[in-house]
Amino acid sequence: MVQTEERPEKATGNALYACPVCDTLYKEPEVPENSIALCHRCGHVIAAPRSDAFARVLALAMTSAVLMTAAIFFPFIDLQAGGIHNRTSILDAIQVFSSGLMVPLAVVVALLIVLIPFLRLLAIIYTLLPLMRDRKPYAHAKAAFRLAERLRPWSMAEIFIVGVAVALVKVGGLATLNLGPAFWAMSGFVVVTVLQDTSMCRHTIWNSLEATDQ
Amino acid sequence: MTTARQAGLVACVTCGRVDRRGAEECARCGDTLPHQSRRSLQTVWAWLFAGIVIYIPANTYPMLRTSTLLDKSESTIIGGAIELLHYGSYGVAFIVFFASIVIPIGKFIAIGYLALSLRRARPDRVHQRHLLYEVVEFIGRWSMIDVFVVAILSALVQLGSVATINPGIAAVSFLLSVAFTMLAAQSFDPKLIWDADEEPQ
Repeated sequence: MVQTEERPEKATGNALYACPVCDTLYKEPEVPENSIALCHRCGHVIAAPRSDAFARVLALAMTSAVLMTAAIFFPFIDLQAGGIHNRTSILDAIQVFSSGLMVPLAVVVALLIVLIPFLRLLAIIYTLLPLMRDRKPYAHAKAAFRLAERLRPWSMAEIFIVGVAVALVKVGGLATLNLGPAFWAMSGFVVVTVLQDTSMCRHTIWNSLEATDQ
Repeated sequence: MTTARQAGLVACVTCGRVDRRGAEECARCGDTLPHQSRRSLQTVWAWLFAGIVIYIPANTYPMLRTSTLLDKSESTIIGGAIELLHYGSYGVAFIVFFASIVIPIGKFIAIGYLALSLRRARPDRVHQRHLLYEVVEFIGRWSMIDVFVVAILSALVQLGSVATINPGIAAVSFLLSVAFTMLAAQSFDPKLIWDADEEPQ
């Protein structure tokens, strides 16, 4: 039993790390670039650093931000039925709910498909920009990255895209539909976000935040 | 193999850094450290029951209210999927049925099973149970499809007297049900599954 008032790294001379899945205790692993560290016991990926990962993730995050902006303001779907023409952007889709009982629904849909994905992007860019140039992180960078991590399951742009596909089929009999530029921007956003999340090694980012923040 | 708990330490949930028990803040990421080395199951049960209860009105009340020149109709979640079958869109009907019925109910059962299975002391199929946990966490968000479909349809189909689609109250209950079960899955501590497998010291 290590029972001490000191922080464990002071007691053992080395920071300790526990697998977030099975709690197995390790010395803080130093993983070389382009290799992967797995937990012995449960196989959880502890770290998978890549070379130039910060620059790559930043580039992808900025691409996503541009695509997301396009997705919000351009028309998403274009509907024609019996001489009536209706163009819908994501903003319109959110506004429809903004009366009466449906207000909470409007707020949540706006959060899940626009605000949370966008906030995550900003937080990631804010965290990584100084790290890429080996500078001291900006104020509250740790809080920003924690926020980005916590919001990850609640960023639902990809689910929205599938929802659009289902909606298209449902309305298909009623009217003629055309997909607008925003649909393609949103699809691009989803693909780029997946690339970004898979090339981001959380362990490396936490270590860099710790190392440069002294 | 030793776990942080056996060593009398706590690990940060966010970044994995280990600290002495009783430390307030993680030395690396600054997150608040838990007071116990395991998160409580009570939170999981609370969110799970909330999710199950609110899933009932989500299915009995209408999800979509459609009015056209000739008639008005309301459809529930299941009704929407059946309607798609009548159009002959079997693939899409399957997606809707899977996302709104199979995934939520499967999640209720899976989370309940995982929580109950912790009562057995025997290390039983630890890897499989952990895989089940990961699947539940990964797939739960996809139930939200139907809420988005309702949002898109009601934004799109506002053609005055020709055809109008409006969301029904079930859309709100369903959204809450999905959110609550996501929170249930997130508050489940996977370390609890592995504890039974710990080597005695």
